[in-house]
Amino acid sequence: MQSNSSMRTPLGRVRGLGSAKSGTGHFWLQRVTAVSNLILAIIFVFVVISLVGKPYPAAVATLGNPFIAILALLFILSACVHMRLGMQVVIEDYVHTEGLKILAVIANTFFAIAIGAASAFAVLKLSFGG
Amino acid sequence: MAEFNLPQNSRLVEGKAWPKPAGAKNVAEFKIYRWNPDDTANPRTDTYYVDRNDCGPMVLDALIWIKNKVDPTLTFRRSCREGICGSCAMNMDGKNGLACTTGIDECGSKGKVAIYPLPHMPVIKDLVPDLTRFYAQHASIEPWLKTTTPAPEKEWRQAKDDREKLDGLYECILCACCSTSCPSYWWNGDRYLGPAALLQAYRWLIDSRDEATGERLDDLEDPFRLYRCHTIMNCANACPKGLNPAKAIAEVKKMMVARQV
Repeated sequence: MQSNSSMRTPLGRVRGLGSAKSGTGHFWLQRVTAVSNLILAIIFVFVVISLVGKPYPAAVATLGNPFIAILALLFILSACVHMRLGMQVVIEDYVHTEGLKILAVIANTFFAIAIGAASAFAVLKLSFGG
Repeated sequence: MAEFNLPQNSRLVEGKAWPKPAGAKNVAEFKIYRWNPDDTANPRTDTYYVDRNDCGPMVLDALIWIKNKVDPTLTFRRSCREGICGSCAMNMDGKNGLACTTGIDECGSKGKVAIYPLPHMPVIKDLVPDLTRFYAQHASIEPWLKTTTPAPEKEWRQAKDDREKLDGLYECILCACCSTSCPSYWWNGDRYLGPAALLQAYRWLIDSRDEATGERLDDLEDPFRLYRCHTIMNCANACPKGLNPAKAIAEVKKMMVARQV
């Protein structure tokens, strides 16, 4: 990608491929999902506490409530988006081998989508009667 | 991957212990990083003993004392000896700072004063780091007034409160204490501009006389150039001038969001 030639001027090397002219969307979405996670996680914790020690049909009944089911789905979406964005930053920070970095970023996206889809399926299955 | 271990030929070894000054009653121990590009030896830490009663109070005084009286080969940069040139930036007792404004008494937490070059920079010799890239990063943010409006006959005018917005920004002396204390700069210094360059970028973004704010923001908007700052805050902790680069970077991010949301 970038030339590592020692003949290149220091300014040329710093300018590199230029600005990506993006990154603010990533930064902003991470903050927005942090706020939504905070609200949704509190609700989620209350729902889980209310189900402690209760039998399976109680869980089905609770998630059968559309409000609770929709909030659970939103929490899954918000948490998975936030997880993907955060993990991508960690990968970009520490993985410097170009090919490995791209593979890791792709795998991270697939993982977040797979976890989100599985979680959403579980909620929908329960809310539609187990 | 990010390198967490030094390469074999960069690993530190125990160096020479120089003799204590004869007859000195008040002696301070200094452990100083040494590396010479002219031989093939690994870097080492030499031990020096400084007669405090014969030496000024600052770390720079001790370094000059050692160079004059013990070991003339000890290499370091210094110029103004009063905290305005930024030449003698180094790592003392685990913290970046200026040797001329850091007291010997401030850095004896382990009974001796450990002195290393600024972290994670190529070393030219002993305590002298290669700051070529650091200066190029400063140049890359184009730290000068940019205008399209023809220059007025006299000066570009600026309201008093607009001038005050530059306080806490213009005082930067480019000593590199902040950037070289930043882990994000250690891992991604080739693409992340670092706190010093970004503080200066903000100094021009917030200047009411500058007409290139949008272009400046365009040039900074990048996952690496700007957004590698994870508000670790080492920069604000390290700055010997008491500036807060992390806050300036946060202000740049706010400007980025402001023009999109």
